Amino acid sequence: MSFILPIFSAAMPELFVLCMASLILLVDVFLPERARIITYVLVQLTLIGSFLLSAAEYRDQVEPIITFSGHYILDKLAVLTKLFLLVASFFAFIYARHYTKEHHIARGEYYILGLFAVLGMQIMASAYSFLTIYLGLELVSLSLYAMVALQKKSNVATEAAMKYFITGALASGFLLYGISIVYGVTGKISVAEAAGFLQTVSMSQQGIVLFGLIFMMAGLLFKLGAIPFHLWVPDVYDGAPTSVTLFIASAPKIAAFAIAMRILVEAMPGLVIPWTHILTVCAVLSMFFGNVLAIAQTNIKRMLAYSSIAHMGYTLLGFIAGPHSQQGYSAGMFYITTYVLVAAGAFAIIALLSKPDAEFDHIDDLRGLNERNPWLAFMMLLLMFSMAGVPPTVGFFAKLGLLESLVEAHLVWLAALALLFAIVGAYYYLRVIMYMYFEEPKRAFVGTPLSISPGVMAAISVNGAAALLLGLFPSALIDMCRISAS
Amino acid sequence: MDSYLLSSLIWFPVVGSVAVLMTGGDKNADTARGIAAFVAIANLLLCIPLYMAFDPSSYLMQFQEDHLWIRAYKIHYGLGVDGISLAMIILTNFTGLLVILAGCHAIKVRVAQYMAAFLTMQGMMIGVFAATDAILFYVFWEGMLIPMYLSIGMWGSANRSYASIKFFLYTFLGSILMLIALLYLYHYTGTFKIQEFYGLKFSLHTQELIFFAFFLAFAVKVPMWPVHTWLPDAHTEAPSGGSVVLAALMLKLGIYGFLRFSMPITPLACQHLAWFMITLSLIAIVYIGLVAIIQTDMKKLIAYSSIAHMGFATLGCFMIYDIVVHTPDYQDAYMSLEGAVIQMIAHAFGSGAMFLGIGMLADRYYNHSRLIKDYGGIASRMPAFAAFFMLFAMSNVGLPGTAGFVGEFMVITSAIQAHFWVAFVAALTLILAASYTLWMYKRVFFGNIANDQVAQMEDLHWIEKTNYILLAVGVFFVGLYPTPVLNVLHATIGNLLIQSLPYAQPH
Repeated sequence: MSFILPIFSAAMPELFVLCMASLILLVDVFLPERARIITYVLVQLTLIGSFLLSAAEYRDQVEPIITFSGHYILDKLAVLTKLFLLVASFFAFIYARHYTKEHHIARGEYYILGLFAVLGMQIMASAYSFLTIYLGLELVSLSLYAMVALQKKSNVATEAAMKYFITGALASGFLLYGISIVYGVTGKISVAEAAGFLQTVSMSQQGIVLFGLIFMMAGLLFKLGAIPFHLWVPDVYDGAPTSVTLFIASAPKIAAFAIAMRILVEAMPGLVIPWTHILTVCAVLSMFFGNVLAIAQTNIKRMLAYSSIAHMGYTLLGFIAGPHSQQGYSAGMFYITTYVLVAAGAFAIIALLSKPDAEFDHIDDLRGLNERNPWLAFMMLLLMFSMAGVPPTVGFFAKLGLLESLVEAHLVWLAALALLFAIVGAYYYLRVIMYMYFEEPKRAFVGTPLSISPGVMAAISVNGAAALLLGLFPSALIDMCRISAS
Repeated sequence: MDSYLLSSLIWFPVVGSVAVLMTGGDKNADTARGIAAFVAIANLLLCIPLYMAFDPSSYLMQFQEDHLWIRAYKIHYGLGVDGISLAMIILTNFTGLLVILAGCHAIKVRVAQYMAAFLTMQGMMIGVFAATDAILFYVFWEGMLIPMYLSIGMWGSANRSYASIKFFLYTFLGSILMLIALLYLYHYTGTFKIQEFYGLKFSLHTQELIFFAFFLAFAVKVPMWPVHTWLPDAHTEAPSGGSVVLAALMLKLGIYGFLRFSMPITPLACQHLAWFMITLSLIAIVYIGLVAIIQTDMKKLIAYSSIAHMGFATLGCFMIYDIVVHTPDYQDAYMSLEGAVIQMIAHAFGSGAMFLGIGMLADRYYNHSRLIKDYGGIASRMPAFAAFFMLFAMSNVGLPGTAGFVGEFMVITSAIQAHFWVAFVAALTLILAASYTLWMYKRVFFGNIANDQVAQMEDLHWIEKTNYILLAVGVFFVGLYPTPVLNVLHATIGNLLIQSLPYAQPH
């Protein structure tokens, strides 16, 4: 067996992040406390650099490249996923800076762990064998567990970290078990080879593969945070420092979408009927329980956690419609990308409301935000309407794409159900707006306008305005998703 | 060739609202008022070239604009007007100006945000009337809810949060099936152009499904009995500007939807279900009319009267299917449909003016009471106001010579050709409307001065007077000389009638 040298240039964005992460780890050790900003700047520069490398790949590359002995793929889906997740992480780190300082978790580890998580997500995006998928996933998960636990003195955060770790480890175990079964039947570890092998197997063997696939899907649904593997979501979102919640809720979802594409669509097209059926049940339950339970929440972080479960349900609709429509998968990708954008903004605003060592994450704390800071309230308004799917925000077009695919796939009942749950969801988003706009500020806040540093304000404004502008001009982004996920 | 007139009409108020917001807090309130009034006046003036250049002899869409908006789903930014939308757009701009002027006088807090909300709403409503692409229509249709929701919630009275959320969710719920129906039509035709949806050969069953999907959306907006319950709440809690927009314009969107979507797209189902629509309309006219009589809150009374009057408009729309069976030519059906459209316009003047008036009264009362029992003897304190209000009350009753008469007369006289009893029941409205309107008028305006509050009330401010003069001109114009309006409508309604009658279609 001859050894073929892998095409390293294909993996440039990852290699760059890896080298920089190692370098920053060293640099950070020697930095004095007041020069900590250098770590932050270096991390952000790394993300920008990696983004530019990926952008160049997006522009140049036409044919997919499979390298590293079939473990790594560079195609439009991978590159676009990387671009999205790098942008999401970039914003997450901007928002984190202010928050971590005020909550005394502004150590270098925060960003370095974050950077390793980004590396893991990039690997997930480009993974083309079950092993690399697992590798990337674990790199992300382990970094995230540690990030949740960074606030050592907080009981809630520690508890959240433990819950996240234990259930997350279990989910990874499921995934690995599923992979081992599929490998046992097919003898193939690469996505493409497994797909090819599955075309030829007998019915009984297919049953065993399905058994393995179900375990893999359990792992996947856990990472996405969809019912029935959702119970960690509210606790972790609530308990983690808000800047970490923001990070967990954003970029990893996009990466999880990419591996779902690889596992379900590219590796298991032969089992499309069973997995669409399973996903239909999960999607309906997620949309229903996510939206209904969110109504009962009084803590915004928990509310957004349940809302994220519901949104993952919507994303799954893309997979359900995908096999029978032209644009199902790309609609799912568009949905999750725009959701991540919006969710990041919403969590960022909650992070901004917090004071040193005190969270203001109760829905009551939003009271009269319009009086205290009209622009911030307006941004939150746009983000909330986008989550609710009200035009002309981008959330509407995300839902429209999914519905269009569902109707094309003759799943009109599912489209109607999805819209019905969206109405239920609209209620609690409207409630947030009601508190911000219709109520007077709490007495403690009267006459104290909320001032925010211009840099962060600019980031929030970009984020909120994107929810509106991508709604007015969604065509370019839809086309990008369409080219990548079809 | 593209004309940018419609785009200007839509986006000028929206851009204007951004400019208004830039003025900041309430210390610059006068600047905000000035900019808003300028934008509203300018937009109304923009309607002049629109009206002048409109060719009333053609039923085709005019001033068309078309740009590909979202390639993946073939969604176009397509605009155009026919006679009905032209009339509605002018009405929207007229009402928009009234609301902004009234707001200049009445609103004292968060002025800039108030003006911005109403300007945005105005732009979006024009968008609904001008859209020729179904998804663009839907975007405006739903997007309009955002400023309306905010305006009810931010400037409304005590129970505003409840009313605003109820309003939003009710109308949002109504619209979802419409979206699915539009997507279904898209898959059938491969386009979202509304014109392409006309004349499709669906089976009766399919047509009925599509019809009900649309019905829910439009019936909630009209609102028809029994999905009207959001309206009294929203109307009562909204600031008077919000009530005016709701009554004068937003309710018309429902009728407009029936005319633009339901009737031409599913004519067979409409014919088949005309009895259903007529029944609901008659219930609205009679039952809701009775409900209006017992109201103790003036705004609620006018709100219920709006539902009853809208019942007339839906009756006029769906009566045509019965009329053509009984009369050889289309003349009566045509008059029925035209009556429905005139009723929409007339109701905008009458009810809009009455809502404004109740707002004026409540502003003068220390706790903004709208209860009839808190008033009495207004006529002796505010004679000019009482005179104006009498005119609008008479228009609401349907007195000949006022706007309210024309539409109702046309609908009843044409309905009588088909069914005497339908016409008879519909005509009951003349008694009912007279009783609730005039009884309220008597209690509020006549008699002894009720209390010290009323004794101190001052007559109309010049802005209020300007508003009322404009409205009075409108009421008399439609009531005495409706020809210019009818001229614009003729060709469009004729074409609509042909598209809406299943067996009159040319192929």
